[in-house]
Formats: sequence, structure tokens, C-alpha cells
Amino acid sequence: MAPSAIVLLLLAATYFIVPLYATLAFSLKKNEAGAPCCTLANYSWVIHNPDFWHTIKISFLLALETIVISLVLFVPTIYWVHLRLPRLRPVIAFLALIPFVVPPIVMVVGLLRVLQGTPQWFYGTPWGFLAAAYVILAFPYMFFSLDAGFRAIDVHTLTEASQSLGASWPTTLIKVIVPNIRAAALAGSFLALAIVMGEFTIANLAAFHTFPIFLQYVNESAGFPAGALTLLSFLITWGAMASLLLVGRRRRLGLGANIAGRR
Amino acid sequence: MTFLQLENLHRDFGTVKALNGIDITIGEGEFLSLLGPSGCGKTTALRLVAGFDRPNQGRIIVDGKDVTNVSPNKRDMGMVFQAYSLFPNMTARQNVEFGLRIRGKNRTARRGRADELLELVGLSHAVDRFPHQLSGGMQQRVALARALAIEPRVLLLDEPLSALDAKVRVQLREEIRRIQLELGITTLYVTHDQEEALAISDHVAVMYGGVIEQMGTPSEMYTAPKTPFVAEFIGTMNRLESTIVDGSTGEIEHAGMRLRIDAARGRAQGERVLVLVRPEALELAASGKGVSANGNSVAAEVLTQTFLGPVTRLKMTGGLIADMSTARASALPVGSSVVATVPAADAQVLSLPDDAPLLAAQDPDGL
Repeated sequence: MAPSAIVLLLLAATYFIVPLYATLAFSLKKNEAGAPCCTLANYSWVIHNPDFWHTIKISFLLALETIVISLVLFVPTIYWVHLRLPRLRPVIAFLALIPFVVPPIVMVVGLLRVLQGTPQWFYGTPWGFLAAAYVILAFPYMFFSLDAGFRAIDVHTLTEASQSLGASWPTTLIKVIVPNIRAAALAGSFLALAIVMGEFTIANLAAFHTFPIFLQYVNESAGFPAGALTLLSFLITWGAMASLLLVGRRRRLGLGANIAGRR
Repeated sequence: MTFLQLENLHRDFGTVKALNGIDITIGEGEFLSLLGPSGCGKTTALRLVAGFDRPNQGRIIVDGKDVTNVSPNKRDMGMVFQAYSLFPNMTARQNVEFGLRIRGKNRTARRGRADELLELVGLSHAVDRFPHQLSGGMQQRVALARALAIEPRVLLLDEPLSALDAKVRVQLREEIRRIQLELGITTLYVTHDQEEALAISDHVAVMYGGVIEQMGTPSEMYTAPKTPFVAEFIGTMNRLESTIVDGSTGEIEHAGMRLRIDAARGRAQGERVLVLVRPEALELAASGKGVSANGNSVAAEVLTQTFLGPVTRLKMTGGLIADMSTARASALPVGSSVVATVPAADAQVLSLPDDAPLLAAQDPDGL
């Protein structure tokens, strides 16, 4: 590796590591002036706080729900667009940009009004209202990831080959297409997970108690435990991503090589 | 006995008539090639047979049953595609097993059949490799094994060799023919390579502009083309646009010269005809040493010499082309004057309608 590349790498690493280190140092301080380093009391406070477990569970389940709904909705849609309706692709790509352009505050106000008349089990719970909002929020990330995945394979030939061998549409989708866009689906899922785990505005305005809301509350009320909470949330999110990666790659360790070797 | 029948098939794409009423019959266990240039409709016809597309008119009958509106996954047709079509997430064996899995065969039966077919295509050493670990030729072999695994009623091959290099292409086409004969499977093969079609088919159908120009055995297609297009598309031809001078003797006039052609006998005086002579049938002699153009001969000058391996091809003034052994060709260098004798018995004569679909400019060195 060239010396300039090493310098750049070190600079980038510093940019990411210094804030994390500062947070770690802060989280190990005692909540009293002049106390010596170090204590794990802040971590203990977080771990023994039932609100922490409650909100992280909600956010994590919401992320999973968002991922599942997005994949079920978008994989067959994008497959069909690539196969039969290629002229619709630019239209969908344009639609996918809307969540980037519309500020979350505008989106949440709009959604609260539009969905006002919906049943209470939908409107009043995070699993209904928030999940719907998060699917919209994750749409661009899912779409562009999946779209890139579908572009990397010969959708027409694979579909026709599968059909000529006797496979129906659902079998073709599940056994031939999905395994070959797995990397793209994983990438989209990571992004959706990261978005949902960190989304504050919509949850706050719609008055749902998710993990970012709890984090903000702790940050305002207890400085040192907030540092511990931030680091723990990092670890939990990374852990969740690693689990997704393991689940996604469990059946095909050579997937990366497959994609690299594809025409 | 007819096994596969394409009956008056029409397929339009907007204003373009990709197929304009084609009729083809293939007997059980026969190998028929659809041959033609790009855009002639051959792949469209194959896709209709596979069920990936529907005709605007006409029927497809397999073994007496109309399958025109049957979906592709219920047609029992094995297909090998032009593009590499192996499922990238599966090994060679899993690819071959796929159709059997769909049919609910148990693991032992699937594996046995897959291994047997991979051995048939010479890939028993590569059963556990993924497509990206296989060469193009190997991938097409696996694709062939995969198509055969389901014991299809008809095997369809859509230019399966076009992405391969020349040597592999020849090897694989011979293997396709060997396996087809061994299994006795009815086969429809699409290609634009006339040499390939002639080498492996029982019958060849030459297509042009959405219609079948001529259908026959490879030898018939080569020796007795029925249209100017077929004559030029299959192999290379000297094309002498001529007028009948005397139908009783077979005398014609070409570029101010009189020639006698057996096949011109019985034609009406003044009729415009195309006299066709294969390059290997044209006899050349140097004209410098007192030999002059006479009888059935045309005077010409050698413009280029192209070494083609077994023969050398000479291109001359007047658009004449002759193939001869390299040793003989060395005596007729570029620039030398020659006399080209048109053999009276070997030339063919076709009527020349005004709208005859002639190849505008055939590359004489291309074939």
C-alpha cells in the first residue's frame, strides 16, 4: 500500500475512532466532580434500566418488520419491472427519490393526517403506523440496492431457463431469482435496519416510544449514562447487522465470488 | 412421422412482421436447424415453440397435441440459450438436478441422473463447481445436460455456440450431434452459422424476412439451392447475372460474353437469370502463354489471394471467386491475367425476379 494511502486510511480511521473513544472515556466517568477513572456504573445503569430493553426491543422488531414488508413488496415488484415493464423503472426510481426530498417532519404530518381514519390497531401502535412510515423511509435504500442486484443478473435468461425446466413463477422467484440477488437484498436490509434503529423525528412527532426517543431522554437527563447508552446501541446495531449477514450468507459462503464472477 | 409441427406461424412486433407464415414439420428424433441472418425470425420461431412468446396466428403441435397456448413450464421442452444461463447460485450438479427437483424426484434419483448426464457431456470431474468456475464451453455443456435431464419431448437450442471460440465451437457441435443421435431426441437448432447447420443437421430450413426460403437436407441446400438468397447464404457463390440467348442450347450472355450452361436449357429467350457457380467449380488457368478466353471461359485478372488453410481463395475482376489448392494458386499471383472456365454441368440457373432477395454485398472471404 502506498504511503499516501496509509495516511488517508489513518485520517479516516481517526475521524471515526476519536468520537467513539471520547464517548467511551466519557461513559467510564463517575457522576461526581473530581472522581478518579474508571467505573462501569453507567453501563450497569443502562443494562438495569427496563426502558432500555423495552425500547431497543421495539426498535429492533420495527426494523425487522420494515425489512420483511419491504422485501415482500419490493422484490417481486422490481423483478416484474425488470422482466416485463422496463419502461416503468425510471418512474419507480423517481418515486424512490421522494423520501429523500421530503423532510421527515413533512412526511409525518402528512401521514398522521392521511392515516387518521385508519383502525386503532394500525394508527395507535408502532407496528402499524410507524412500520408503514419506515417502509416509505426505507424505500429508496431498498429500491436502489435491489435494482443494482437485478441489473447484475440476466433476469430474462434465468427466468426462461427456470420456466423451461418446469418451474412456475413463484418457484422461479424463490429458488432462482432471490438467491441471486441475496447480496443486494442484504445491503438494502442493513440500510433499513440502520435507518429504523436511529429514526427520531417520526417516532417523536407520532408519540411512539422507540429507542432513539429513549436515547434522547437519557441524553437530556443523565450525561454519563448517555455515553454508555450510545456505545451500547452501537454494539447492538452492529451485532444485529452481523446476525443479518450470517443469516443471509449461511447457505452460500461463495456468494461474493459468485457475483464477482458473473458476466 | 411428424413429431413437431409449426403451422402457419405469424408473429408481429408493431409494424414489423417477424414471422410471416412459416410451416415446418420435424419427424421424431430428427435434428432440424433454422438458419438465417440476424433478424430473419429464427429465434422468434424458437421462442414460440418454447412458449416464451405467443403467435398472432398459427399453431404449434407436438406429438399431435396443440401446445400453442400452453405455458412454457408445462411444455416439457429443454432449452439451451445463447447467453450463459446456468443458475449462478447452484453447482453444475444442482443446475442439472433443478428440473428434476421441480418434478419432485427424490435425491438419489436426481443425483444419479445428474451425474449420468454430466458424464455424457464430459464433465463428471466438475460436478461440484459453480458456473463462475467453469469456462464458457463447460457452462454450455452443463446447460445441455440440464436441458436433457428432464427428458424433454423436444430439445431447443438457441445459438448455443455463438459465444464460444472457434475450436470449442466445432468440438461442442459434434458432441451435441452425438448426444442427440444417442438419445434420439427431436431437436430444433437455431444458428446463423451455415457451416454449423450443414455439419450437424438432418434438415436445414433457411429463413429470410420472416419466411422459410427453403427447407431440405444439408446436401440439397448446398447443391440445389432454390432461391438466389439460399444460394448465396449457404457457402459462397459466383453470381453471374445473365440473359438467355438460346434456350435450346443453354446459351447465355453475361457481361458481353457467351457461355453455355446445361441448366439454362429450356428457358425462354431473353429471360433474366442468375447463373451460380461454386468457387471450387470454377477452373482457372494463366492466360499469358498463348491461352485465350474461349468456349465457356471468361477473361479476368487476379485481385487478391486469401489463404484459407486447405485452399487459397482468389478474387478476380468481374466479382469472380475461385478456390484452389495453395500450390496451384501460387502460380497465379495477384495481378496476373487468367481465364476462368465455367463448367457447363456444374453451374445452376435461377430465374431472376426483380424483387429477388439478394445479399447486397457478401464478403467472399468471410465463409
